[in-house]
Amino acid sequence: MSKLIVFCEHQNQNLKRSSIELLQFGKSKNFEVVGVVLGAEGQKAAEQATANGASEVLFFNDVKLNGYNPELYLAALEAGIKQSGARHVLAPASSAGKDVFPRLAARLDSSIASDCVALTVEGDTLIAKKPLYAGKAFAQVNLKDSPVQIVLMRANQLPVATAGSANPGAVKIVALPAVDLKAILKEVVKGASEKLDLTEANVIVSGGRGLKEAGNFKMLEDMANVLGATVGASRAVVDSGWVSHSMQVGQTGKTVAPTLYIAVGISGAIQHLAGMTGSKVIVAINNDPNAPIFQKATYGIVGDLFEIVPKLTEEFKKLLHK
Amino acid sequence: MKIFVGIKQVPDTETKIKLLPNAAGVDLTGVKFVVNPYDEFAIEEAVKIKEKNPGTQVFAITLGPKQRVSEVLRTALAMGCDEGVVVNSNSELDNLGVAKALAAAIKTEGGCDLLLLGKLAIDDNGSSVGPMIAELLGAPHISVVSKLELTGTTAKVERDIEGGAKEIFEVPLPCVLTANKGLNMPRYASLPGIMKAKKKVLKEYEAETLAAGVCKSKATAFTLPDDKTAVKMIAGDAGAQAQELARMLRDEAKVL
Repeated sequence: MSKLIVFCEHQNQNLKRSSIELLQFGKSKNFEVVGVVLGAEGQKAAEQATANGASEVLFFNDVKLNGYNPELYLAALEAGIKQSGARHVLAPASSAGKDVFPRLAARLDSSIASDCVALTVEGDTLIAKKPLYAGKAFAQVNLKDSPVQIVLMRANQLPVATAGSANPGAVKIVALPAVDLKAILKEVVKGASEKLDLTEANVIVSGGRGLKEAGNFKMLEDMANVLGATVGASRAVVDSGWVSHSMQVGQTGKTVAPTLYIAVGISGAIQHLAGMTGSKVIVAINNDPNAPIFQKATYGIVGDLFEIVPKLTEEFKKLLHK
Repeated sequence: MKIFVGIKQVPDTETKIKLLPNAAGVDLTGVKFVVNPYDEFAIEEAVKIKEKNPGTQVFAITLGPKQRVSEVLRTALAMGCDEGVVVNSNSELDNLGVAKALAAAIKTEGGCDLLLLGKLAIDDNGSSVGPMIAELLGAPHISVVSKLELTGTTAKVERDIEGGAKEIFEVPLPCVLTANKGLNMPRYASLPGIMKAKKKVLKEYEAETLAAGVCKSKATAFTLPDDKTAVKMIAGDAGAQAQELARMLRDEAKVL
């Protein structure tokens, strides 16, 4: 059985869904799965990793890894890969993942497939499906010739089954190698929202120019609160300064793939459509029946969003008993 | 100070993507090419640093078929970069191949104090080449930067992460930074700038000579997104529409 390393990200001490997907995928493909957990707050996540397919977890229990630092993460992950002897590496395509793994790939003289949406295994080779042009096309990336095969997967792309029972005995504490640190993390400034990032969200309520002014995003926040959703936006309203760029969905913003995407007052420029067509179910609410967004939508409503959105929020409340 | 800016030429974001026969790749015939939007922030930042620090030299570097990709260097020069370096490559390189060729060219040019690139290229959605070059140059890197303050040989940078949060780093030069939207507002090229850029002689390298046979991955089996089934339009007054949509999302789509 080949070994496969999974980078186990955690938040508020719990293993993130994106990492659970990867652990379970590795196990389902008969790899010997090794989890890597970084930071002194990772004990619980390390145990959760053993309940989700890891036969061994390398736990770098060190406060220096509590915040993200590219050089310290690099040192720990490189040590983890070397210690395990794994030639296959899976990690979430998160802020940290997309920052540290390309560098690690170069250090290991390897290639990387980033931001992937599907994954298969042929013999000993990882073959990852990767979006191009934010989702206007796709390609299969074959990593056969890479000394270490590294794939970064987007969240919510792989199925998750119920966890088994944890095996705390499989958690091995590993020391962080010494690093001659250059970049120093001085501070982390929290975002306005504590919600899941757009790239991880299962439900997104997104607004465009049809909302007429920044203050009207409040309607979408109300709906998002009922649905447990994250609020997104089109480029037009980001460029108008109504909301921050971190909320932009599209080719020059974030590419998203939630289960449910509700587009409110968004006409559907080609760049926006590219960023959200991976969504499973798309709802479009717009007053223009010819808006391009309807060509990508599963359900469409032509009408006045200022009337429909509050009523829809009430309907969601009723159905979800809130 | 010496700054390099890594630039990629990409299809305009308006482009409708078509595939080559046999799904062997993307059909680029007739496509309008532009500077990768995130690289414009990198160019602008380099030129701003130059304006504040007299004596600074800014080198724009790109890789690809030289006739075609030289255009982005002309744009960068017109925006205020001083020199253009083109690494000619007619074959499809993977991220490691591109990083090795660019890193080798930068080393041959005597290295730099700061390398700026865009946070990702909007064509292959890679976001890998910047951190890879940093590793190959042995320099620290910070990616997805939306604010940069240089004091002497220290850069204070803000890096955008999940949920609109920011990590603030201090990093010594030489270093590699990748630019996010929000870092600045890229300027338009001036007419005199455009005229001057046209006459500039570009430095040329061959990717084959700098880094031959280094690719470790291959992209195949290109596809377009699945066609969505036709949209179901929901009629009626606002109350009926809302009620029906919520019901369908629960009972039919099963996503509530």
